[in-house]
Amino acid sequence: MDDPQPLWVQYWNYIGRILRGDFGLSFTYYPTPVSEVIAQALPWTIGLVGIATLLSFIIGTSVGVLAGWRRGSWIDGVLPVATFFSAVPYFWLGLIAIMIFAVWIPIFPASGGYAWGAIPGFNIEFMGSVLYYGILPAVTIILSSVAGWILGMRNMMVTVSSEDFVTVAHAKGLKERTVMVGYAARNAVLPQISGFALALGFIVGGTLVTEIVFSYPGIGFVLFQAVNAKDYPLMQAIFLVITIAVLVANLLADVLYVVLDPRTRQD
Amino acid sequence: MTTQTRQERAERSSRPSRPEVRVVPPPAQLADDLVLDIRELSVQYGYGENAVQALKGVSLQLGRGEILGLAGESGCGKSTLAYAATRLLPPPGVITGGEVHFRAVDGQEHELLSLSDNELRAVRWSDLAIVFQGAMNSLNPVYRISRQILDAIQVHRPTWSSKQRQDRAKELMQLVGIPAERLRAFPHQLSGGMRQRVMIAMALALEPQILIMDEPTTALDVVMQRQIVEQIVQLRDRMGFSVIFITHDVSLLIEIADRIAIMYAGEIIEQGPAEELYRRPRHPYTRGLLKSFPPLKGPKTELTGIPGSPPDLANLPTGCKFHPRCPFAMEKCVTVEPVLQISPAKPEPGRTVACWLHEDEALLPQELAR
Repeated sequence: MDDPQPLWVQYWNYIGRILRGDFGLSFTYYPTPVSEVIAQALPWTIGLVGIATLLSFIIGTSVGVLAGWRRGSWIDGVLPVATFFSAVPYFWLGLIAIMIFAVWIPIFPASGGYAWGAIPGFNIEFMGSVLYYGILPAVTIILSSVAGWILGMRNMMVTVSSEDFVTVAHAKGLKERTVMVGYAARNAVLPQISGFALALGFIVGGTLVTEIVFSYPGIGFVLFQAVNAKDYPLMQAIFLVITIAVLVANLLADVLYVVLDPRTRQD
Repeated sequence: MTTQTRQERAERSSRPSRPEVRVVPPPAQLADDLVLDIRELSVQYGYGENAVQALKGVSLQLGRGEILGLAGESGCGKSTLAYAATRLLPPPGVITGGEVHFRAVDGQEHELLSLSDNELRAVRWSDLAIVFQGAMNSLNPVYRISRQILDAIQVHRPTWSSKQRQDRAKELMQLVGIPAERLRAFPHQLSGGMRQRVMIAMALALEPQILIMDEPTTALDVVMQRQIVEQIVQLRDRMGFSVIFITHDVSLLIEIADRIAIMYAGEIIEQGPAEELYRRPRHPYTRGLLKSFPPLKGPKTELTGIPGSPPDLANLPTGCKFHPRCPFAMEKCVTVEPVLQISPAKPEPGRTVACWLHEDEALLPQELAR
């Protein structure tokens, strides 16, 4: 631990080790290397929050398409309900969900990532257990984030629906579904994509509360423990992972945008 | 809607202010040479007390192979007429009455306003195509030109092979003078003029019988305007479709239209053969409109224009809607609404005018009596 070298040399050495994937040893889980701790926690977070975010985006955008296409129909009624759930502080929503569905009506487990008895690996018992334990946290994540997607997509649909090319598509006698999906939604979804990319970047970093409330063995929970134990090597590594995640997500968004919008292409 | 229509009609026929209708009511069946017959079409924007009457019982006939020009100031209802007749009126526009009869080439008649959505879809584009005002925004920015032409063909001609559809698309592009390889382009890669031509090509894809053009050249410069207008006339001569050409530019209409209808405040106030209407306008408004642009040949004339501004549709004047701006307004014009009819003072076949000055030859000013 006590290194006689000057600080800048130590720092230089640290940077060099990072490039080789060596983040040092974790204090909390001593003597496990930090990279191993992260490698164990990251799949849980990406699996749970990644899938929940993707589902939330897909559900929210689809509902937004319908709500924007048929303004004033019953679908508009979904919006106040969804907005209510996103206005409620997330930790509270999580706690209430645990109280109702794990304590009062014990149909879901209250905490953890998988059942005690299950042996981690690619077997049906373990996978089923992971899925079962993931339902409650995933549903709360979707509930609290879906309103934003609905609202954004609905407003874009309303704007795009009054564009001339949508009227032309109607005049061409295309089926209403084709006009809604291929002409209106296809253009309205473009701004949603940037929002989605940002959300993807926050998957790794923004799950602290979910994982603490549900004691989920993901990166947020590990970060929480690292902060409590003043485990600097682990914290630093997690921050780096979060930063890289945001950058990768942004790059992905740029690529996706070019694929979806021909006007951004250069040829 | 049908009950409402009937009520409206009943009210209209019992209205006391229209005692002397001299127009022969159109026959229940379309005359053989008509493709489109718009009868007493009424449109309002909004509901209840705030409703604005944008079209007031407009009747208009379109003959086979004819180019009908529809002119008037901004906000007079010319575009509303086109949108309403094709049921493309965006909310809050509501059709409150009237009928739109369409006769297909096989002699089958449809009333467009009472068709089911599916029947209407079948008629759209294959029989009745529209070219809209905004050439810039009429194409879907994320699809290639080819896809946008092909999807219309595919919906209406499902039996065609992919090769047939492709060939048709290429043929169409050549028809409007754009190289076929531009089919691969996205809309943003084309100029405004090209986009408008693509729209025309797209409109002609299924050889429709009626082409409605809503200010198709407004966004283009005069050179482009001329090319496109000439192209439309050429294509009409070749393919024999009918055109409703909507514009505020009367000078353009005189060149291409066979017949012109002038609209004012949601009503047609004069219609007749283009040449005659140009040489001898019968309505003071038409005369003012024609005086608003300079003739290129002949002696210099002073541009007078029309005093005042277009009326507010939410707050229309009583009687003749034009009377506050009319230099010849009489007492009767303020109180009683004129009827579109063959001029009693100057009867000519094929011409109608809605103006009280034509009640009596003695009232008719010299300018309108030539």
